[in-house]
Amino acid sequence: MSDRNIYLDHSATTPVRPEVIEAMMPYFNQRYGNPSSIYSIGRDSKKAIEEARQTVAGAIGAQPREIFFTGSGTEADNWALKGAALANQQKGKHIITTSIEHHAVLHTCQYLERNGFEVTYLPVDIDGLITPEQVKAAIRPDTILISIMFANNEIGTIQPIAEIGKIAKEKGIIFHTDAVQAMGNVSIDVEGMNIDMLSMSAHKFYGPKGIGVLYVKKGVKQSYFIHGGAQERGRRAGTENVPAIVGMAKALEIAIANMDNYNQKLTALRDRTIREIEEKIPFVKLNGHRKDRLPGNVNFSFDFIEGESLLLLLDMKGIAASSGSACTSGSLDPSHVLLAIGLPHETAHGSLRISFGEENTDADVDYLMEVLPGIVQRLREMSPLYEAHCKQQETQVTV
Amino acid sequence: MLGMSGGVDSSVAAAVLLEKGYEVIGVTMQLWPDMQEERKEKEGGCCSLSAVDDARRVAQKLGISYYVLNFKDIFQEKVIDYFSQEYLKGRTPNPCIACNRFVKFDAMLRKALSMGIDYIATGHYAKIDFDEQRGRFLLKKSATDAKDQTYVLYTLTQQQLSRALFPIGDFTKESVREIAEELDLCVASKPDSQEICFVEENDYGRYICENTSTEIRPGFFVDLEGNKLGKHKGIIHYTVGQRKGLGNTFGKPMFVVAIKPEDNTVVLGEKKDVFSSELTASNMNFISIPGLTCEMKVKAKIRYSSKEADALISPLNNNRVHVLFNEPQRAITPGQSVVFYKEDEVVGGGVID
Repeated sequence: MSDRNIYLDHSATTPVRPEVIEAMMPYFNQRYGNPSSIYSIGRDSKKAIEEARQTVAGAIGAQPREIFFTGSGTEADNWALKGAALANQQKGKHIITTSIEHHAVLHTCQYLERNGFEVTYLPVDIDGLITPEQVKAAIRPDTILISIMFANNEIGTIQPIAEIGKIAKEKGIIFHTDAVQAMGNVSIDVEGMNIDMLSMSAHKFYGPKGIGVLYVKKGVKQSYFIHGGAQERGRRAGTENVPAIVGMAKALEIAIANMDNYNQKLTALRDRTIREIEEKIPFVKLNGHRKDRLPGNVNFSFDFIEGESLLLLLDMKGIAASSGSACTSGSLDPSHVLLAIGLPHETAHGSLRISFGEENTDADVDYLMEVLPGIVQRLREMSPLYEAHCKQQETQVTV
Repeated sequence: MLGMSGGVDSSVAAAVLLEKGYEVIGVTMQLWPDMQEERKEKEGGCCSLSAVDDARRVAQKLGISYYVLNFKDIFQEKVIDYFSQEYLKGRTPNPCIACNRFVKFDAMLRKALSMGIDYIATGHYAKIDFDEQRGRFLLKKSATDAKDQTYVLYTLTQQQLSRALFPIGDFTKESVREIAEELDLCVASKPDSQEICFVEENDYGRYICENTSTEIRPGFFVDLEGNKLGKHKGIIHYTVGQRKGLGNTFGKPMFVVAIKPEDNTVVLGEKKDVFSSELTASNMNFISIPGLTCEMKVKAKIRYSSKEADALISPLNNNRVHVLFNEPQRAITPGQSVVFYKEDEVVGGGVID
């Protein structure tokens, strides 16, 4: 085991900023009132929530009454899809999404399919992009909802959301985007982009875990999701997680204010890493779009080796990275995203996702590049696939 | 790298290894194909999600690194597909032997070596010794005969044995449970697993029907002379020696004597007909000796639960052997393995033809 510890998995989650923790602290044991209570300490909590709502709304160009706090990004996705499907089923039962969505969307779609809805899963190109034309062509008279992720969690590809939003608006179809990965990395204006619903999650932008938001544009038909109280205007009942809500707003405020610097820094680390991996390691493939990608996202496939062994060896060297998709038990399945961009099954098992964040430096990239080529080389030396490849090369040279 | 199933044996194995000073990395192999959500929820065999939770808790308690590794593809190919194919050929496979041979002691071992890990360990009841004189690694029976698992480990090669550790081979099941209780491991009183891990409710016939494209056709029960006795529901549902569940009454107790995929018949006979004194076996692997060159007196075991019996083994060509028992054996079953012992040493074994 290594004494160095480098965290390169910010797409999985991020550390909570000290300023955020500070903002949250009073709401645990000083201003702990129930926001629904009428007395002063309750009203303080209520006020904090409404201020937070305003901050979140402002960050995406929405109105406060369009912001609903949830328990996670996954919950927001579930609500967006199930709620809109249920509320609009008289109009039709067809939904359009992509084959590379997060499971929060994909599995919800599968659930809806089992309950009488029809779902079109749009294929993506080799960079993981869909085109507005594809969306347009998939629309049917009974289409009620389009759900397309803003940026992919594995390969970082950013979709042409504004153009898709325009099409959805023209056709009068509800447009949802899962912006869990994009938030804090990309400027989002729900008005200008014609987004009707948007999901986000605080822990992806240095906020606390266990808090998310669903934005629902005024006038969009949505069902009430959790019953049992008047919280979130009755749509999502349950006593509000006040400290987390306050923390989320603080984190988002800082993220929006620093976005340019943050992006510049991460893009530099990203591009350097991509360049050096391509220079120093043979038989690699960059997954995702080279330019239209999240600033901190690097995703490579390494021919002849399994991603699983690679991640374990990196872990032993103190580097926390991921393959982009961990299942519930923590083991790796071939990624549906990598399969969707056309990678063969064995390569889809073997990808490495590095996602940079605030605290990473060039020294971290130095260390990564010190360690990674050796690990890849060593795993390849053990790989029967690589051996076969080398033999084939030799034969070709002799001929 | 220790294979952790979430059961008491492999959990205690971790503790024993730590005690001996090894650096232990716990691993649970994910083996089964993706299943329906409802099935995942059920309490499964050795590698279910709940098993993963148990193994992870034990690893946390002992303070060792723990990973879940994906061996689904190789398990599908080498264990599940093989399992179905054998039944379709009228044979009765032992999937645990295939899993040990191709998954635990091959795929997992290679994974460990590629990561710079020196040994793989499992919670099997068996012992490994290096015999200086013969220059060979020996596989020996565990402290308790009742729990001994050498039968399912006979395929191990010298190279595999040189890299394998069986930490609880010197312990009895009772002492393993005691250690687990002393260490306050949550799995101390978990029941032993018995069934085929990937088959639900032990209904392997239904499993094969649902998981192969081959049509399972009903056919005829016939007697030793080939006379039709009645209808059977497909050869995969039967195994040699079986009496119960034949679904017909024949006026007297009848037993499955043979299964013939070529004409889709199941041959029935009387009790005496299921006894036989000899067999041949293929795909031999020898452990205590480099190979069989001349006749040898051994104790032979023809299935996991059967008793050892005196036998004389002699070499045949193509890595096969002939086994002649002193006493006739009940239900010698093609597809099962025969394993040879001398005292507590495993001589070797192979698959019954």
